[in-house]
Amino acid sequence: MLLISCPWCGEREETEFHYGGQAFVSYPADPESLTDEEWAQYVFFRDNPKGDFAERWVHSAGCRRWFNTVRNTVTSEFLS
Amino acid sequence: MTVEDLRRSPLASYPGVTEIPFLTMVNVRVPPTGDAAARISARLGGPLPVVPNSVVEAGRRHILWLGPDEWLVVGPDGDRELPGMLPEAVDVSANRTTIEVRSRDLLEHGCTLDLHPRAFHAGRCAQTTIARTQVILWQTSDEPVYRLLVRGSFATYLADWLSDAACS
Repeated sequence: MLLISCPWCGEREETEFHYGGQAFVSYPADPESLTDEEWAQYVFFRDNPKGDFAERWVHSAGCRRWFNTVRNTVTSEFLS
Repeated sequence: MTVEDLRRSPLASYPGVTEIPFLTMVNVRVPPTGDAAARISARLGGPLPVVPNSVVEAGRRHILWLGPDEWLVVGPDGDRELPGMLPEAVDVSANRTTIEVRSRDLLEHGCTLDLHPRAFHAGRCAQTTIARTQVILWQTSDEPVYRLLVRGSFATYLADWLSDAACS
């Protein structure tokens, strides 16, 4: 069982959280000018690194706040 | 027949579990600093707590921290003034019922938080899961006395679980 550190509540068990995917995926500035492929890249394609990965998590069973964190995808160690 | 005759608490006929039914609760969403927060604090007679998972007593009511911009104000049964006194508040009295537990050992069967007095004590609250059920856990006294604020539809499940855990 992982202990995940919520910026508000402190360390809580993994089961209180939900995963929100890659962090810092920004909405296209001018979405109407995108080709279908560029739009598909934005909607569906995410990085899948082996190593440190910036992710979004939500403390869904606690304070219900979203936060960004960096997790090592090999060891599942949270680095921030 | 009045509304008081018709209302039923989820654990009204449940033996062996102490329920404190019909507490008045409102959910307040407001930026933690600013005029609105100051006005609410003055109206309630106590500051909105800014320390995560802490509780402030404001007269006969308590203000529980739920999030950086979210609080739960809990008043006694029949607190008719509370639901309408703040424009930022939503009446959530019917959302949850309250179970009182007087044993740390019992809660530790299903709660992953550190409830030892060095980490959790009177005046603290936490939103967490007990036996996979979402609750607001609130310690009201160092005896210890805990209150579990649980959704009405989950109350009998949690009461079943508490009864079972108390036997083991």
